[in-house]
Amino acid sequence: MKMEISRVVEKMQPSGIRAFFDLVLGMKEVISLGVGEPDFVTPWQIREAGIYSLEQGFTCYTSNKGLYKLRLGIHRYLKNKFHLDYCPDEEILITVGVSEGLDLVLRAIINPGDKILVPQPSYVSYGPITELAGGTPVYIDTSKDGFKITPKLLEKHIDKKTKAIVLNYPTNPTGVSYRRKELEEINKILLKHKVLCISDEVYGDLTYDFQHTAFPTLPKAKNNTVYFNGFSKAYAMTGWRVGFACGPKEIIAAMTKIHQYTIMCVSITSQMAAAEALISGKRSIEQMKREYNCRRQLMTVELNSLGLKCSRPAGAFYMFPSIKSTGLSSMEFSRKLLEEEKVAVVPGTAFGACGEGYIRISYASSFENLKEALVRMKRFLEKSR
Amino acid sequence: MDEILEILEKDGRASVEDIAKMTRKKPDEVKKAIKKYEKEGAILKYKAVINKDLIKDNESEVRALIEVNIVPQKDLGFDKIAERIYSFPEVSSCYLISGTFDLLVVVEGKNLNTVSSFVAEKLSCLENVRGTTTHFLLKKYKEDGVILKHKLNKNERIAISY
Repeated sequence: MKMEISRVVEKMQPSGIRAFFDLVLGMKEVISLGVGEPDFVTPWQIREAGIYSLEQGFTCYTSNKGLYKLRLGIHRYLKNKFHLDYCPDEEILITVGVSEGLDLVLRAIINPGDKILVPQPSYVSYGPITELAGGTPVYIDTSKDGFKITPKLLEKHIDKKTKAIVLNYPTNPTGVSYRRKELEEINKILLKHKVLCISDEVYGDLTYDFQHTAFPTLPKAKNNTVYFNGFSKAYAMTGWRVGFACGPKEIIAAMTKIHQYTIMCVSITSQMAAAEALISGKRSIEQMKREYNCRRQLMTVELNSLGLKCSRPAGAFYMFPSIKSTGLSSMEFSRKLLEEEKVAVVPGTAFGACGEGYIRISYASSFENLKEALVRMKRFLEKSR
Repeated sequence: MDEILEILEKDGRASVEDIAKMTRKKPDEVKKAIKKYEKEGAILKYKAVINKDLIKDNESEVRALIEVNIVPQKDLGFDKIAERIYSFPEVSSCYLISGTFDLLVVVEGKNLNTVSSFVAEKLSCLENVRGTTTHFLLKKYKEDGVILKHKLNKNERIAISY
């Protein structure tokens, strides 16, 4: 008997991207600019705190909401950095990375038929987890507006069924971010139509050209926003899987309900390490950020001079250059570049149909790797012209 | 610290062109700034960090850290006495420090003998040196921020991920 799989799951996007990923993973000696995580190892003082907690015998469950020490640390971090005041008891939840948090919030708020706005190109999970939660993702093509959601675009897509928007800035895959003024305009519209803002700001600490604005700091936004952040990107802690959600207590309580049945709690070792990251990690993240910044400047100049047009990204560690001048599709370009020069990038279409004509390049890779990749890309482009 | 210095401190071979791209400056500007730093002595020299444990010739070196106690003398500051000590070519580093002794002197020599005879015949005999304690270096783990392991366990990231 053939087991019938859930129709929602069956429908979820596997597509050509998966096949391309498998091709990359099966190839040796590839220079990969396709990696969505830092090339740094977690700073030693943070790793040491994790090791020490094991030595001390911290091997049990924690409270469902997460270690109080860590929630308090997050409370202080947000207070110092953004003057944001989230109550560690009722308004903060520790999750298995931001990924879990996003899944929780969508399941917590969606009723059948609810629509969730997802500006694209976007991180890959927003649509599928919306569908899993019984909602309908409404994709907004931002490619004509510099990959930013504008008030006009937003108004055009909101209707009575619109429940929330998933904002992500600095944005994976484009590196685009928003200044406070732009966010204020977006916030006004969301408040007007009572659309919840789900703000994925996991790259917030990696903003280079201006101060990052946390969405809940906008006028009257705090009660209409669930703010997400985590340790993966800025602290180079992807494998530890620690993120957090902050928001109105009713929503956090609903999310905690699901979390306690599905996850119970985040690994205590990881939570201990994350608590240390907030105490002593600041210097390390500044150092990493400076390093990313140098690479960002270099890559902007180099990619443009190769004829792959892109603007200087404001944050994260991604560039989203156009490959339209080559006449190839995103997938063709990526596949050929991999096969001919062993450089891996991610086709823009992985992040939504409107990513056609673009590729995502991650500069979370050593300077030597970036230089070598540029040499190979140049050779590739000269051949294909 | 200036970004240019930061980049050079990590990689003394970074080219002017690359530094210019990384800092959004003109190559000429970068060149001029580096020249200026060199002239002022802010950049003293460029050198490679070598893990001598991996070099298999017979000219291996012995290193010792020597604590030196000094008799404070009127009209003769530490600087003057330190100068008499650090001027010996055997001395590779020399620091004035707080605590139970005064100068920390790093001495390099071909073998144990050369180092000990330097201490016995040169250093201890100096008029203002009251006493020395010599610590021979057995193993180097980390030097100037560089971990001296030739084979670090590499944890490979997945080649492609969102």
